[in-house]
Amino acid sequence: MIAQDAAPLTQVPVGSTARIDRYLSADPALRRFRELGMLPGTLIKVVRRAPLGDPIEVAVGASLLSIRGEQASLIAVSLISEADPTAE
Amino acid sequence: MSASPAAKQAPRVFALVGNPNCGKSTLFNALTGLRQKVSNYPGVTVERREGTAIGQHGEAIRLLDLPGAYSLNPQSPDEEILRDVLLGRRADTPRPDAVICVIDATNVERHFYLASQVLELGLPTILVLNMTDIAEAHHIRIDPEQLAVRLNVPVIPMRAHQRKGLPELRIAMSRADLPPSNHQVPLPEEVHGLLEKSSTADANLARHAALYLPGAARDQLDRNQEWEDRLIAARYEAIREICEGSVEKQAEPGHRTRTDKLDAVFLHPVLGWGILLAVLGSLFMLVFSGAELPMQGIDWIFSQLSDLARAHLPEGDLTDLLVDGVIAGLNGVIIFLPQILILFFFIGLMEDTGYLSRVAFLLDRFMSRVGLHGRSFIPLLSAYACAVPAIMSTRTIENPKDRLVTILVAPFASCTARLPVYMLMIATLIPNEQASSSSKALLLLGMYVLGTLGILGFAWLFNKVLKRSVSAPGLMELPTYKAPSLRAVLVQMWERSRLFVRRAGTVILGISILLWAANTYPKSPGADPATQAENSFAGRLGHAIEPVIAPLGYDWRIGVGIVASFAAREVFVSAMAISFRVEESDDEDDTITRLRDQLWLAKNDAGKALFTPLTCLSIMVFYVFALQCASTVAVVRRETNSWRWPIFQFAYMTATAYLAALLVYQGGRLLGYV
Repeated sequence: MIAQDAAPLTQVPVGSTARIDRYLSADPALRRFRELGMLPGTLIKVVRRAPLGDPIEVAVGASLLSIRGEQASLIAVSLISEADPTAE
Repeated sequence: MSASPAAKQAPRVFALVGNPNCGKSTLFNALTGLRQKVSNYPGVTVERREGTAIGQHGEAIRLLDLPGAYSLNPQSPDEEILRDVLLGRRADTPRPDAVICVIDATNVERHFYLASQVLELGLPTILVLNMTDIAEAHHIRIDPEQLAVRLNVPVIPMRAHQRKGLPELRIAMSRADLPPSNHQVPLPEEVHGLLEKSSTADANLARHAALYLPGAARDQLDRNQEWEDRLIAARYEAIREICEGSVEKQAEPGHRTRTDKLDAVFLHPVLGWGILLAVLGSLFMLVFSGAELPMQGIDWIFSQLSDLARAHLPEGDLTDLLVDGVIAGLNGVIIFLPQILILFFFIGLMEDTGYLSRVAFLLDRFMSRVGLHGRSFIPLLSAYACAVPAIMSTRTIENPKDRLVTILVAPFASCTARLPVYMLMIATLIPNEQASSSSKALLLLGMYVLGTLGILGFAWLFNKVLKRSVSAPGLMELPTYKAPSLRAVLVQMWERSRLFVRRAGTVILGISILLWAANTYPKSPGADPATQAENSFAGRLGHAIEPVIAPLGYDWRIGVGIVASFAAREVFVSAMAISFRVEESDDEDDTITRLRDQLWLAKNDAGKALFTPLTCLSIMVFYVFALQCASTVAVVRRETNSWRWPIFQFAYMTATAYLAALLVYQGGRLLGYV
């Protein structure tokens, strides 16, 4: 596992897995992300980007969530693994 | 309520709770059949759904289908209702005696978050594990007995779509000794200290009031930002312990679920657009033209009814009221049903399968440019057929502000009722029939473009002006795909139609009768229809507003048309026909041609031509923007649960229409056109 420096979720390439480090804003609106399981320390996978570039789709546990760039940029993550070339 | 003997025998109240997309509504339908009542929670736009379920011993049980929610810590009016009902804080709804908590078996941990909060309430609770068949397909093994032992509540595996598990649920609901759960998540230190100070009899209620209600306790807690994150983490930790050994995922890594496979197609950068275009295209075509035939059928039935009434009743005011007021008004209500049914068939299907969220995902970027959500797209698209079903369909928009903005701007879309007005004005404006058909088409297209600009511009403006409640607009769940239940779709179509007829229909009928009276009274015995129209209240109103509309290039006769067509825009054409003494024929094109010939001859008070190209254009632009539709007003009143928004909407749209028409007419004159 090669954990890289923290970067906003928006910069994680499609197909990669990342670990949530922390939230960059104390906005109470972001509480819902954590209530849906996106707690610091959790592994998430960027499944795809919407064809128009935004939002992105993220897999957290068994949930699939659509997140706009506006919010994704407030979530700092560490890249865990690059896209698996064997999957599609 | 006092504890009278009758109250003791009153049916028990169960609340049905769960996350959005957990299959809760399907279960509600299965338990209650059509014994449902849909109303609004007073003061908010949240729908209140209650039904009667029959228990194992044939006893009636009141079932409240509470709004879907992710947490008791609310971020939307829907979630506030859930919290307030469960804490017994709404005067209009009793605190439930027991709770049925629905959990999606394919996503137990996430769904358990709300369940864990609900279990802590200490109410007798039944956990329903829904969609166990899909969970099996995902290689998820769940041991309901072990869960039941750990949580001290009944746990019932269910496939609500196939009605599997219903008898077991009914048995559990009929149990007199339904136990409250002993589930408690350890609270962070600082919260503990705070709770000890509160001394309410019901410790569970006190705990929840402190955790979820705004007020002193929360204010004190919020000084320490992190307590809530620690509580969320502690809750997920407790959930993991409960699931340890009782919920097992046995899928090998790389296992692709049905949803993964379907999303690879439906969200594909190329294929996805193609499918979206096909789905939305057929939705629009069916609402736009597929509804035409049934609508003609409804018109035919009501015209037969009118003829019948006229043939068998004596001539007089009462018969006129019945035929031109009541029957015509009912016709004006029922006529919307085909479009409502077709639209809600599509929406029900898309919502039930999970595709609706994919539509929003694909189009979100596009809509977010004017501050809206991807979910606003389908209502706005439907508005080009008719604003009435479109506004009803805005209930699929989760965020209350996005929903309100969509309702406020949707009627700018040039609906089918505007077409007769456009057609008449274009025919009058461009005389040459053959040579200029392309310029006619261009002009018509221009009206659609203008309306679309109105939608985008005002959406952008309202988004800036209106306040947003605490919620993350950019977060949306993409639920797993499910096979649709035809039953659920049909129930929804039935429910929407019934609500429309009962709530909006009565208002539409009332306004229709009022407008009929305004156009009929006072009567001018012996006068021709044109004079009669001039002397009626509507005619006088048309006269009265002449100074206001003169700068738009209109005279009082056009004013009468505008007043009369508030019932529905297409009435403008028949109002013009009466004012300019043209017999209407069954053939609409023929009527327009002969009316056009008359309009060319019409002179204003100064003896000059009334319908100059500039006046025609000014009228068209006015109709693009004005909310000339009583039915839309009625349906907005129903969907926003107040008169405030429909009145505001009517005012701002009419003001926009006036200013735009003024700009066209006066601007045109300044540029030297007449």
